Formats: sequence, C-alpha cells, structure tokens
Amino acid sequence: MYKIIKYVLHDIFRNRILLAYVVLLSLSSFGLFMMNEDVSKGISSLLTVLLIVVPMVSILFTTIYFFNSYEFIELLVAQPLKRSNILLGVYSGVGLSLLAAFWVGIGLPIIIFDGTVVGWYFLLSGSLLTMIFVSLAFLASVLTRDKTRGIGISMLLWFYFTLIFDGILLMVLFAFSDYPLEKLTIFLSCLNPVDLARIMILLKMDISALMGYTGAVFNQFFGSSLGIVISISVMLIWVAVPIAIALRIFERKNL
Amino acid sequence: MPRIVKLNNRRLFINPIFNVIALLILLFNPTANVLAREITVKPGTKTNTIQKAISMAQNGDVIKVAKSTYFIEELIIDKSVNLIGLDFPVLDGLNKGNLIIIRASHVTIKGFVIQNSGISNIKDKAGIRVEKGDSVNIIGNRIENTCFGIYLAKVNCGTIRDNTIHGINSVIQSGNGIHLWYSHHINIHNNKISGQRDGIYFEFATHCEISNNLSENNHRYGLHFMFSNNDNYTFNTFRNNGSGVAVMYTKHITMTNNTFEQNWGSSSYGLLLKDISRSVISNNTFSKNTSGIYMEGTSQVKAEHNNFLNNGLAIRMLADCEKDTFMLNNFIGNTFDFTTNGSENLNYLKGNYWDKYSGYDLNHDKKGDIPYRPVSLYSQIIEKLPSAVFLLRSFIAELLDKAERALPSLSYVNLYDNEPSIKIIRP
Repeated sequence: MYKIIKYVLHDIFRNRILLAYVVLLSLSSFGLFMMNEDVSKGISSLLTVLLIVVPMVSILFTTIYFFNSYEFIELLVAQPLKRSNILLGVYSGVGLSLLAAFWVGIGLPIIIFDGTVVGWYFLLSGSLLTMIFVSLAFLASVLTRDKTRGIGISMLLWFYFTLIFDGILLMVLFAFSDYPLEKLTIFLSCLNPVDLARIMILLKMDISALMGYTGAVFNQFFGSSLGIVISISVMLIWVAVPIAIALRIFERKNL
Repeated sequence: MPRIVKLNNRRLFINPIFNVIALLILLFNPTANVLAREITVKPGTKTNTIQKAISMAQNGDVIKVAKSTYFIEELIIDKSVNLIGLDFPVLDGLNKGNLIIIRASHVTIKGFVIQNSGISNIKDKAGIRVEKGDSVNIIGNRIENTCFGIYLAKVNCGTIRDNTIHGINSVIQSGNGIHLWYSHHINIHNNKISGQRDGIYFEFATHCEISNNLSENNHRYGLHFMFSNNDNYTFNTFRNNGSGVAVMYTKHITMTNNTFEQNWGSSSYGLLLKDISRSVISNNTFSKNTSGIYMEGTSQVKAEHNNFLNNGLAIRMLADCEKDTFMLNNFIGNTFDFTTNGSENLNYLKGNYWDKYSGYDLNHDKKGDIPYRPVSLYSQIIEKLPSAVFLLRSFIAELLDKAERALPSLSYVNLYDNEPSIKIIRP
C-alpha cells in the first residue's frame, strides 16, 4: 500500500494541473491579503474560495485522476494485492497531494498574514473539506465505468453540496417558518459539510454579530467544546462514509 | 466743578448720591474683579483646607489650591468663586459621596485631579455636581474613579472643557461621564471620557454645543440623549462603546463631522436614532459598526456626505421612518447597505455612491443610468425568515442577489437610488 501511495504521489507531483491549482490558490490568497489592509477582510474573501473552489477542484481532479489511472488500477488488481489496499492507497495518494496543495496555496499565506484562531479554523475546515470531496469523488468514480458519467456525477455532487442543498434548505425553512427552526438548522447543517465548515468559520469571525438570534443559538452549540468535537466528528464521518461505500462497491465490482 | 454749579445748582445736590450708588454696585457686584481677593490653600498654612478657604471667601474671589492631596467629602461651593488648582492637586473623596457640590452661579473649577467618589445604586454620586448654578466652568480636570464624572442639574450656561474622565469600569455600578439634566446652553469641548456607563448623557438639555470630544470604551452608550432639542454635535469620536450612540425623542439636532467606529457586537449601533425629527447628519464617518445607523420612527432627517465603511449593516431603517433624505453618501465595503422591514418606504435616496452598484453610465454625467436598489434580495429574505441568516456568505446568498439584479421584479421593497453616483463622492 505504501508503494502505491508513493507511486501516486510521484505521479501527481509531476502533474501540471496540481501545480496550476497551487498557483491559483496562492495567487488568490496572497492577492486578497495584500489588497485588503484588514486581514479579517482577506479571510472573509478567501472564504468564498474555500467553499467553492476547493471542493470543486478536489472532486474534479480526483475523478479525472481516477479514470486516467484506470489502467494502472486494473493492472494492480491483477497482482496479488487486496483490492481495499489498492483503493485506499490511491485514495491516500490523491488526498495527501491535494492536502499539500491546499496547505501550500492557502495554509502558508494564512499562517504568514493571519495566524489567529479564525485562521486555524479555516485551515482545519479546508483540510477536512478537501478530504471529504476526495472521498466523494472516489464514490462517484466507482459507481460507473464511464469517465464522462463519472465526471458528471462528481459535478452533480459538487453542485448539490454548494448550491442545491442550500436552496432546498431555504425552501424548508420557508415552509416551516412558523416553528422555531434554530435547533433544526444546526442538525440540517450537519447534512452538508460545506455548510458546516462555513458556520464553523463564520462564528469565529466578526461577521457573526450580524446573525442575531440564530447566531446566538449557533454560538451556544458550536462555541462549546462539545459542539466543536461534534462538528469535527461529523466532518470526519463525511470523510469516512463515502470512501467506505466506495470500498465496498470496488471490492465487489466487476472491473 | 464750579462751572457745573454755575450751570445748574441742583446737580451739586444729586452728585453724591450717584457716587454712593456707584460704589455700592462696585462692592456687591460679583463679576467685578477689581476687588477680588486671592486666597491660597496650602497644607501647613492657616487655610489648609478648601472648606476653610470657601468659608472665608466672598463672591468673586479666587481660591488657588497648592499641589497636595486633600481629602474632601461633599465640599459645597455656595459662593461665586474660582477654584484653581496649581499643578493638579488631588481631591480624594475616599469613596464616600459626591466630591464637589456647586450651588452658586459663576463658579470655575480648573486644574484638579478629582478621584474616588462614593458608589451607590440609589444616589447619583459624582465628581463634580452642579445644582442650579448658572455660568459654571469646569476646565482641565482629571476625574478618575468616580461614579458620575460631571453632573449638571438645572444649569444655564456653562463650559465643560479639556477634562479627562475615566470611570470605575464596572458594568453595573458605573454612572455617566458627563451627565446633563435640565440644563441649557452648555458648551462641552475637547473632553476624553472612558470606562463609564454612558460617556455623555443628556436629558432635557437644549441649545448645547458638543465638540471635539472622545468617548470610548464605555459600557453602554458613547453618547446618549433624550428630549434634548437644538443641540449641535461636531467633530466628536465615539469608539468601541458597548452599544454605540443612542439619540431618542429629539428634534432639531445637528450632527456633523463625527466619527462612529468599532461599535461591534450583536446589539451594537454606530448611531441609533429613535423618534428623531428635523435633524441633520452630515459629513460623519461610520466605520466597522454592526449597524451604521439604526433608524426607528424618524422623520425629516437629512443625511448627507457621510461615509459608511465596512459596517455589517450600513443603514437599518424601519418602515415607520418617513421623509428622510440620504444624499451624496458613500457606501463602501458594507455587508448589507440597507435593510428595512416593510415593502413601502417613504424616504428619499439620491446621488449616493454604492460600491455594489454594477450599472453603467453611457452619457457620462457621472450618474448611473439604471437605479440602484440598496435593499438586497437576500436581506429581504432574512427579514421574512430570520433563520435564513444561516446562509450568510454562502453561494446561494450571493446568487440570489445576482438573480435580483437580472430580474428586479423578484424584489418587493420599493426603495431606489435613481441617480447613483459612479465615483466615490469627495466633499
């Protein structure tokens, strides 16, 4: 398995797309930090990058990489290796390289310019989001054998988590607006890792003062150490569950 | 003299009476400085307490106090004297009651360190308390660790200038820095106030000038006034106060060139206006407040040439405001420019600069060709559904605002700036 990880890392680090991703992230983060005199404003603008670009690149890059190295995987399957080890090896390789890209592109500027609690929350949530979307990409990839369909499913998943889910949520909130919904929204936010990451970071930022009563309820939950443990655990579940399902499917799949 | 006698005999008779009257006026007129004595208070001399000096003094005298520490409690000044501290003598109230109580007109208190008043939840204990005196001057004092700093009740005419007031920093027990009740024509200039409940508090105080003061880090409001008409506020700074500045139930006030900044917190305002009418708010800067201006029940308020920078909500205007005008203001970097809670809005916006405006200017008259709607669709949704604030900074919230620009009919609030400025407005 370690050999597979090593090989995948070696393969990806030669890849120009990953380099482009690093450059994009560092350009946007350095640019935003230098343009805004106020560091917290830079972080606030970077939040959009974190919530939209990072998941998208993670899920698309992984899916495309999976299908591009499909023949290599088939070759590995022919060897006396456990299938779960093969998939986990590739998963770890891709995940680690994307994490490295995230830390170089966004982590470094944040540590240089910010270095506050918000920054660390930002990096923690970003890392978890990266791993979650790599997991989801593997799930999308093993569901089908066709590259185009795989990418389609990935795009749909990304679209669902960044936009459609929130749209549905808004409609649900409207439909049940006569009821107190603050506690419910805490639960609902656990169903979408992007929302969870956003709330976790927002509550640490100045802007949370705008959130009124809802913000107070959120703060009570996410501000407590129990709340932080719960939300990080939920994020970890979001990492584990898709890849676990992908493993089950991959083990039984007729390649 | 013989010539006068020659001209009119009766003049000789009247003249001495005039002379006596003139002498009497000279003797008893408190403002006549010709006869003012100077009494020096110094430890080790005959007049070693201020109390003794005051009992010796007559109206118009100057009492100079040498540098030392004097323990006083409820020092009552009932004569028109000038109390002047040399090199900041310390008046210590030993945490008992009021320090100085003024019950006379034409009193000046200058150059003291006044510290440690009593603290009470029932009685307002102050560093300097003025009761029914006119023309009172309080100049250049350092007031520290008092419940109320300067307390004026029923005072006509006066100056409060160059004082530094720092309160006891207790959320529950501290009083107001400068407290005016039923006082008129007071000039409050260049004071620094911090650590109090309200920095400056006015109730029924009219025709006052408040300029160049700094009020910061107070627990409640930097400036708080009610029922205080015809006052002018210029060049003051209100910074990082618990809830910002609140002005209520007042008309004919002018607030110009003030700075309201860093009043940040879930129930904090740069400037809270409640039932204010016929007033002018111009050339002020509102930066980094949760709400720049919060308006409730205002009418005919004119806001011009103000800068709203990096606020959470630049302006929150409830639907009961009417005939207010916003012209030539800059709105830059605010999360929400304008929020309101009704669909009809009877106020008037014109020629403001909005950084979120994405229109064009084909005829180059520096006015945008399409109207700007400052109330965003997402803020309207939050208004109907407070828990939708959950989606703050999410992709869908941004998308909703973009959609509203493409399809203005989605928006239900009828509030436009018909001639938004293309460039930042410089006064």
